[in-house]
Amino acid sequence: MTEFIAPDIAWAQLTPILLVLGAAVVGVLVEAFVPRRARRPVQLTITLAALAGAVVAVAALWGGVADTGGTDVLLGSVVVDGPTLVLQGTIAVLALLAVLVIADRTATGEDAFAPQGAATPGSGYEEAARAAGLQQTEVYPLVLFATGGMLIFPATGDLLTLFVALEVLSLPLYLLTGLARRRRLLSQEASMKYFLLGAFASALLLFGIALLYGFSGSLRYADIATAVRADTGMDALLLVGALLVLVGLLFKVGAVPFHSWTPDAYQGAPTPITGFMAACTKVAAFGALVRLFYVVLPDLRWDLEPMMWTVAIATMAVGTVVALVQTDVKRVLAYSSVAHAGFVLTGVVALTQSGITAVLFYLLAYGAATVGAFGIVSLVRERGAVRAAGGRVTSGAASGGVPHVEGATATSGAAVATAVEVRADADDTDGEGAEPGEPEGPVLGEATHLSQWAGLGRTNPVLAGTFVLFLLSFAGIPLTAGFTGKFAVFTAAVEGGAWPLAVVGVVASAAAAFFYVRIIVLMFFTSPQGGPQQPVTAGSPDVADESGADAGARAPRAGTVVVASQGFALVAIGACALITIALGVVPGPVLDAIASVAQLIP
Amino acid sequence: MTLTHYLVLSAILFSLGAATVLLRRNAIIVFMGVELMLNATNLALVTFARLHGDLTGQVMAFFVMVVAAAEVVVGLAIIVSIFRTRKSASVDDINLLKS
Repeated sequence: MTEFIAPDIAWAQLTPILLVLGAAVVGVLVEAFVPRRARRPVQLTITLAALAGAVVAVAALWGGVADTGGTDVLLGSVVVDGPTLVLQGTIAVLALLAVLVIADRTATGEDAFAPQGAATPGSGYEEAARAAGLQQTEVYPLVLFATGGMLIFPATGDLLTLFVALEVLSLPLYLLTGLARRRRLLSQEASMKYFLLGAFASALLLFGIALLYGFSGSLRYADIATAVRADTGMDALLLVGALLVLVGLLFKVGAVPFHSWTPDAYQGAPTPITGFMAACTKVAAFGALVRLFYVVLPDLRWDLEPMMWTVAIATMAVGTVVALVQTDVKRVLAYSSVAHAGFVLTGVVALTQSGITAVLFYLLAYGAATVGAFGIVSLVRERGAVRAAGGRVTSGAASGGVPHVEGATATSGAAVATAVEVRADADDTDGEGAEPGEPEGPVLGEATHLSQWAGLGRTNPVLAGTFVLFLLSFAGIPLTAGFTGKFAVFTAAVEGGAWPLAVVGVVASAAAAFFYVRIIVLMFFTSPQGGPQQPVTAGSPDVADESGADAGARAPRAGTVVVASQGFALVAIGACALITIALGVVPGPVLDAIASVAQLIP
Repeated sequence: MTLTHYLVLSAILFSLGAATVLLRRNAIIVFMGVELMLNATNLALVTFARLHGDLTGQVMAFFVMVVAAAEVVVGLAIIVSIFRTRKSASVDDINLLKS
């Protein structure tokens, strides 16, 4: 046996990863040693500091990488080059914003997570935990571990690191998915589906890794790429291995034959976690996919192109068509994220230099809008309706079953502690919350049924307007980040000779605009009953005001409220909106900065 | 007895595991199918390591074992918590999210 030679490690290049994973370990220790009362502020400080530190570390590394083009670290296990830094920066920023949404609580100190994850839903133990006001603070180390895995994922330089990073990012997400405070059965179910399908996909990926290792005799991307160019006469091994690895990555991305977990996991997970995993997982997985596709497998493009084209077209088509018929906001956003995976895939398949830039920019634009949109979903709650145990998706509030009792005690609004937080959007001026005669039940879970969003634009114009901004960005309307991103990926696809993909993408975008606009119409031009559509023309604001002032017409609105929060989520949503607008109005500097470093080194 | 036999055995075990995942209805059994797939992969990795005469494949197998253990922890936690809620671990009963 050869003597062991300790590798020379360039620690500085790894600072973003080390900061986040180190903070995660510290977070676990905090869980063990810090008294319960102090845990939340401590965990929150550590988490935010680590993620902000990762952003700063990426910025500090930027100059060196822009000069040298990037370096191998750990004998090539981790590659720190331009795309790595862009993706790590994107993930760190998005994770920071997502943690703000995760950390947010209502005015009564209620967060989105089950007080005791291990407690059986509906049991006395759970009630006791809830009554004792227990808070789940393990969430923060779990998010940090997942983020650490995501930071490694796009930087992987060999298949071993790829597999380990995949598991490090996936395992915490499986757990986080099952920790929702409300609708726990749905949450646990989503967690199990996500876990079983995820484990199956990573087993497929692993077998693909074994076959690629058998083909090339190495796990390094560079060695495999060399072996692909040399004719070794084991093409079957190579092709099957490459296909299996791609399947594993396409699963994480949520591309179509492997997307079936996406809507369920996104719907069942606690909404802040949904935003986190929808944005950051997709960024990380596409980063790994781009590296594999551009560095290891470019010589296989003629063999893989039919599969990748089929997957991209199917992803765009299925994501768009199925989203049209959804009635749940989170499912609509989930299928829209599937469609977006298809749009990004057109940029990946292009196999051009501009394709890398386009994909990186698109991921940033999509991620910002996603975190913001799910942040808003987490604030829109249903109230007052008595829901059946077991957490049905459509609650009584959706079907108009709100108990609206005229002449309820004037103090009920103040008496019910949770109702204090109701209607506290500072910009809302119609003064509805001050109306004493309105009964206010306790705030329940998120109002995710689309009909519950009717009329939100009138009661909460600013929040609804921000949601419209994110939807327009998803739809790719000019002056939002989504437009620039779509334009960039489709241009790259045409340059790379994949113009049919670009055509399908444009058609799918047009079709997708329909269901985004449908939500906008629902929020702004439908009266809050949610039942029959009562469009109010823009030319008659008086009518709208009158119906808004009419107590009878407003009655069902008690079913949907925007909760006041401690402000973290509003900060995150505001930042996401700023990013979305800035990238849409002046994309030039960001595109140039990405393009100047978008060079993958083998 | 050539090394190819080990590879064939590994492929058979992997297919058995995949079939278990796709056909069986009990979450625990499905999960065991996944574990079988991982272990079949380990066999393939070790065999390839022998074929190529380097240790990378064996090192990879160790990592796979560690990851599989972590996966068992997470997976069993999720499955047990669902079982305690519903008194069932059948993946067919778990269908609230179908809309």
